[in-house]
Amino acid sequence: MASHYEAPIRKPLVTGDKSYHDVTVDVAAPVEGQANRQWWIVFGIALTAFLWGLGCIIYTISTGIGTWGLNKTVGWAWDITNFVWWVGIGHAGTLISAVLLLFRQKWRMAINRSAEAMTIFSVIQAGLFPIIHMGRPWLAYWVLPIPNGFGSLWVNFNSPLLWDVFAISTYLSVSLVFWWTGLLPDFAMIRDRAVRPFQKKIYSLLSFGWTGRAKDWQRFEEVSLVLAGLATPLVLSVHTIVSFDFATSVIPGWHTTIFPPYFVAGAIFSGFAMVNTLLIIMRKVSNLENYITVQHIELMNIVIMITGSIVGVAYITELFIAWYSGVEYEQYAFLNRATGPYWWAYWAMMTCNVFSPQFMWFKKLRTSIMFSFIISIVVNIGMWFERFVIIVTSLHRDYLPSSWTMFSPTFVDIGIFIGTIGFFFVLFLLYARTFPVIAQAEVKTILKSSGEKYKKLRDGNE
Amino acid sequence: MLKWVVWNVVNVIIKRARRTYMSQNKTYWKSVDQLDPQNEMVQKLEQNEFTEHLPVNEFLTDQKQLEDSATSRRDFLKYVGFSTAAATLAACEGPVIKSVPYVVQPEQIIPGIANYYATTIADGFDFASILVKTREGRPIKIENNSDAPSFGTANARVHASVLSLYDTKRLQGPKSNGAEISWDDFKLQVGAKLKALAATNKPVVLLTQTLASPTTHKIINDFIGAYPNVKHIIYDTVSSSEALDAFENVYGTRALASYDFSEAETIVSIGADLIGDWQGGGFESSYAKSRVPKGHHGTAKMSHHIQFESNMSLSGANADVRVPVTPAMQKNVLAHLYAELTNTAISGSLPADLARAVSKAVARLRASKDKAVVTCGIEDVAAQELAIAINQYLGSVCFQPNKPLFHRQGNATHVGQLIDDLLAGNLGGLITVGVNPVLTAPNGSKLEDAIKKLDLSVAFSIKENETAVASQYTGATPHYLESWGDYQMAAGHYALAQPTIRPLFDTLQFQDVLLSLTGSSTSYYEAIKSHWQESILADQSWSQALHDGFVITNEVSNYSATPIATAAHVRSLNAAEESGMSLVLYTKTGMGDGQQSNNPWLQEFPDPITRISWDNYLTISQEDAKRLGLKNVNVANGALNGSYANVSDGQTTLTVPVLVQPGQAPGSVGLAVGYGPKLGSQEEMQVGVNAYPFYKNFKSVQRVEITPADGYHEFACVQLHNTLMGRGDIVKETTLEIFNTKDKHYWNAIPEVSKNHIEMPVTSPEVDMWQEFDRSIGHHFNLSIDLNACTGCGACVIACHSENNVPVVGKREMRKSRDMHWLRIDRYYSSETTFEGDNTTKENISGLGDSLTTFGEMEQAAANPQVAFQPVMCQHCNHAPCETVCPVAATSHGRQGQNHMAYNRCVGTRYCANNCPYKVRRFNWFLYNKNDEFDYHMNNDLGRMVLNPDVVVRSRGVMEKCSMCIQMTQKTILDAKLEGREIKDGEFQTACSKACGTGAMVFGDINDKQSKVAALKESDRMYHLLEHVGTKPNVMYQVKVRNTEA
Repeated sequence: MASHYEAPIRKPLVTGDKSYHDVTVDVAAPVEGQANRQWWIVFGIALTAFLWGLGCIIYTISTGIGTWGLNKTVGWAWDITNFVWWVGIGHAGTLISAVLLLFRQKWRMAINRSAEAMTIFSVIQAGLFPIIHMGRPWLAYWVLPIPNGFGSLWVNFNSPLLWDVFAISTYLSVSLVFWWTGLLPDFAMIRDRAVRPFQKKIYSLLSFGWTGRAKDWQRFEEVSLVLAGLATPLVLSVHTIVSFDFATSVIPGWHTTIFPPYFVAGAIFSGFAMVNTLLIIMRKVSNLENYITVQHIELMNIVIMITGSIVGVAYITELFIAWYSGVEYEQYAFLNRATGPYWWAYWAMMTCNVFSPQFMWFKKLRTSIMFSFIISIVVNIGMWFERFVIIVTSLHRDYLPSSWTMFSPTFVDIGIFIGTIGFFFVLFLLYARTFPVIAQAEVKTILKSSGEKYKKLRDGNE
Repeated sequence: MLKWVVWNVVNVIIKRARRTYMSQNKTYWKSVDQLDPQNEMVQKLEQNEFTEHLPVNEFLTDQKQLEDSATSRRDFLKYVGFSTAAATLAACEGPVIKSVPYVVQPEQIIPGIANYYATTIADGFDFASILVKTREGRPIKIENNSDAPSFGTANARVHASVLSLYDTKRLQGPKSNGAEISWDDFKLQVGAKLKALAATNKPVVLLTQTLASPTTHKIINDFIGAYPNVKHIIYDTVSSSEALDAFENVYGTRALASYDFSEAETIVSIGADLIGDWQGGGFESSYAKSRVPKGHHGTAKMSHHIQFESNMSLSGANADVRVPVTPAMQKNVLAHLYAELTNTAISGSLPADLARAVSKAVARLRASKDKAVVTCGIEDVAAQELAIAINQYLGSVCFQPNKPLFHRQGNATHVGQLIDDLLAGNLGGLITVGVNPVLTAPNGSKLEDAIKKLDLSVAFSIKENETAVASQYTGATPHYLESWGDYQMAAGHYALAQPTIRPLFDTLQFQDVLLSLTGSSTSYYEAIKSHWQESILADQSWSQALHDGFVITNEVSNYSATPIATAAHVRSLNAAEESGMSLVLYTKTGMGDGQQSNNPWLQEFPDPITRISWDNYLTISQEDAKRLGLKNVNVANGALNGSYANVSDGQTTLTVPVLVQPGQAPGSVGLAVGYGPKLGSQEEMQVGVNAYPFYKNFKSVQRVEITPADGYHEFACVQLHNTLMGRGDIVKETTLEIFNTKDKHYWNAIPEVSKNHIEMPVTSPEVDMWQEFDRSIGHHFNLSIDLNACTGCGACVIACHSENNVPVVGKREMRKSRDMHWLRIDRYYSSETTFEGDNTTKENISGLGDSLTTFGEMEQAAANPQVAFQPVMCQHCNHAPCETVCPVAATSHGRQGQNHMAYNRCVGTRYCANNCPYKVRRFNWFLYNKNDEFDYHMNNDLGRMVLNPDVVVRSRGVMEKCSMCIQMTQKTILDAKLEGREIKDGEFQTACSKACGTGAMVFGDINDKQSKVAALKESDRMYHLLEHVGTKPNVMYQVKVRNTEA
């Protein structure tokens, strides 16, 4: 694979005259070097946010869900919004590493490690919410179908919330295994370069005794392929199942057959945006501009544009179907979304998710680093609002007008959300300083075919 | 965790031990010889445990070693055994429950089985024959005494009164000038002062609530005999004095006419909230009977109710035609109504629309002849007399002056005179009983000073209220559930009250005190018994009367009516005018005159009309609010805020929050009495403003100035959206004409869905996703709610609260839409003048632009809307959306149709509540019991005595909801099983169906084909709420038929 000839018109995926050793040094640099001031500042902020969120979680669990802004009509709001948002973000990692692996998209190699790290960290955030949103989270293990001392009590396999438990835990474990498998040769590389005994010890543990034998490599390739095959359906299934939480209900605005594809597209959309957000910063901070190139960002932007448009079509389809169904409750639910008391959330969603990605049609904009960064943030704000719109505006005015009410978050709702963002960045920042953030072993395989240096050499020979 | 481990280990050990023991029961044969019992060898072996020689001597001979050791082998084993057991026991610490067992078990009390006692509430405002459910000696619930021919239905306040028994703010013993005193000293000192006053012949007034008690009146007469300087004056906090005066003028007795609306065809009410607290209340059952269409299809009949009123009352909300009219105009309307009906001349004319309404009313009255009735709430003797004249003219069978009511006896003139005397210093002493004039009289603070200057002032009160504090002596009286009593509520209707619990505190009934002050040694109980045996009980036994709680005698009062000066009355009423704004004081369904304002159930009870709890407010019309710049706004979480307004009658100015009330007559404003800060109540309950200072001269109508004030008031309103948005399938209704002339499918169609392009009803199995269970075996419970009979009175809401230990969450949480009521009564206003109009408006929406504006407009109620009430509780869907979504199967379906909720299993995801189309599930956001943040009855030992031991108190983090009172249905089933009989129809009840005084709620087993509920299920009017969702509820509604003109 590595020696495959690549057409000269294809742009190099690794720029700069990088040799194999250069790749090693560049990838190992953040791990081996000292953290700079900026890292500490950002880490400090993230840690503070995390601790604040932790405090809010402790307050919630010790006092009751009443510390949130929920009420008799709106039983879910920021909790499940955040849950779906984080799960959605978690989608890009697997898509990039598994689906693009199967499709032999080599550009994924520069970004899949971080994308997957992001996946795992965001799924951890997502997983928090179903637990802490429970009235009695200390009994959360009751949702697991484990043998128990309660007689013949079993979980309810009809409940989409239970499917969620399986979907999320499967997704997390498969992603983790896949990620770690990819990390093995890279950990081994750092181990081999490590000079301090402690560091060496740690990285030898992490690399599971990778020796670099041909057999190791062969098994590595096979496992990667098998895991990619396993993970690919998960990309579709996880968010499909999350969407079932709503789609299988009877609430107008939730009860919609379009939800599975719409949620998956939205998830990829928000996941890619988050990858962009993270990598645009990381390539700068960790001097990885030669690996994560403008071309990468451009490709990501194209995916964002396409999935954003899919989501847009889904929004419009929803409106159309509501009208076409002739069901007055359905019609009112969607009319209320767009023009009711939460119109601002709906139009924030529309602007961020449907209109803003359309800028990516312009080459100039989609190759602009700054613009891509801004859009990536905007998209994630939009996707948060999408979930808020689906959950809160459907619930707050459903069938019986007597129960109609509004929702407004408390400081605890906000604190927990900020806390998860903090937690996510704590994990990601630690990762960025201790893990090989680029799958260097994989990048090395394409260096001769797609590296700028070798491409030039080849061009010169012709 | 440790406990769990230890527990499991112990369990395993026990199981092993048991297994070993079991195995020893088997006989293991050692040899064939054992079969021969005579075999010596075998016998020897059996008697000797150790066949071989034991080397006992080897260690027993070493005497020294044996003596050195303090521990024998047996001791060692004992120690090991003990310490293991002790360690195990110490680890398994159980909850400590303090309970005191009976030393001698009372014969009648069986733990776990409720005892019922018939008694009577007569607190001066509410009068009802009731049943009291007691458990282990504690009264826990009030129920209707359905055997009583009248006064047998308890309203929301009466249902809640059981909680007032366990009020921590009750007076716990007699006091003298604020210091505790013994009853003996109390009687001695009061007696001495009374004697001194009698010696100087200084007037003393005994000021009581309406007692309506034959024995008490006798005791008071004896008391007056002993102290001739005493005068008895009756003070109704909320007066019906004019109606009493009018009746007295016409019929010669100070009483109120009785009304029976059950046969009424036309009811015209002018300013009378006839199903509310008008003239003492109690008419809603007979009213509801006339409101349900009766007879065969095509000729079904129901009453036609026309209401002229200024505040939106329950009666107005239930009326077929409601005309908002200011108080003075009501007088004009009455005059014109009389004149037009009797064809007498009258000067002037009413405004065109009013004149039309009056003409229509007259036409209806004429058509219905003796089945027509006019009720009048105008506080004016002339008006009351004219209303009597109209009913006499009509020969109304509904108007029954020969069955007079005695539950209001206050005399405004006498009380006015008393206050004047008191302020002038003409009195020597004042004894108040059950009344609190310092708070409720308009010039309370002056009264307080005057009372302090008296030689003797005694207040008999259940609370240390304003009057009690101003008085020298405070006699702590028991709650009515701890008291004896007898009452004559109506002619021929006598009722008894008996204690259902020993007095909780050192209290005495004032009758007992009066008896000893008179020098009598009998107790009040003995006095009642002897009086009844002498005068009331003819051939009935005392025990039977006490058991029933009432006695009906065939007393007939044949009053001859004095002619009424109708012409003069018409003239005076027609001349009534008003300028500026009229304040119309009223009593709220939940609060009445306010004596139970420290009752958290009642504070949390949402007003049936406004659905606001924990407050009173100034109701104002949309027109006036706009003119004055007064607003209601919703904040970010939906909660309702209202502007403040200053209300002033020239002397008193109050700053009151404003509620824009659809249906309020422009030019009038409403304000409920009974609220505001008061002594003897918890800080949390001191909500609202005290409106009594405006209740001058016992006139609930006062001329006031209203000016906007700064700021907004935070309301706790449980229904933030008032209109039905044209969703006619939620509260289905039709008119009597359509009901009679059109097919059921026209006015109560089952919604249809399309399957393979064929329209079929949603109830068809063809379109059902679910497998149907066989429900033909056993009981299958259904609840039917007749929207025609339901008046929205809310008795069921409190009954449910009381039966099911529903927590009180307080104003702050109510404002956050976190009310815990399992049963709510939704109230909708129409946005057009009728709900039918709303449906049409919605149907006629064309295009997106139109829908945007029209739906916005439909959120606003009309200026004088139609009103609909709909009680909603868990619908117990056979295909329940909540059941499928719970991840831990905490909510599941019962064989008998209930949707169960296993609180222990609930982890609190709230998914079920989200997926409930009826939004009836309630989540425990916090710990609502034993939590200082929620300092209501569940936070103190006294208050917790009211809890129903059959229903679990839910913990934080679990979902709760209506259980269809499964504890009650199970009890019925088990009782019948024990007695080996079939269950009769009507035995199955829920708290709400049992409390419903209008017969709107009927509960039962639809598998019993003879049952009432099975018949109702087949009724043409039957529909299910949101049938199209396919939930197949076990609660059904009966279409509301309005007797309106097309």
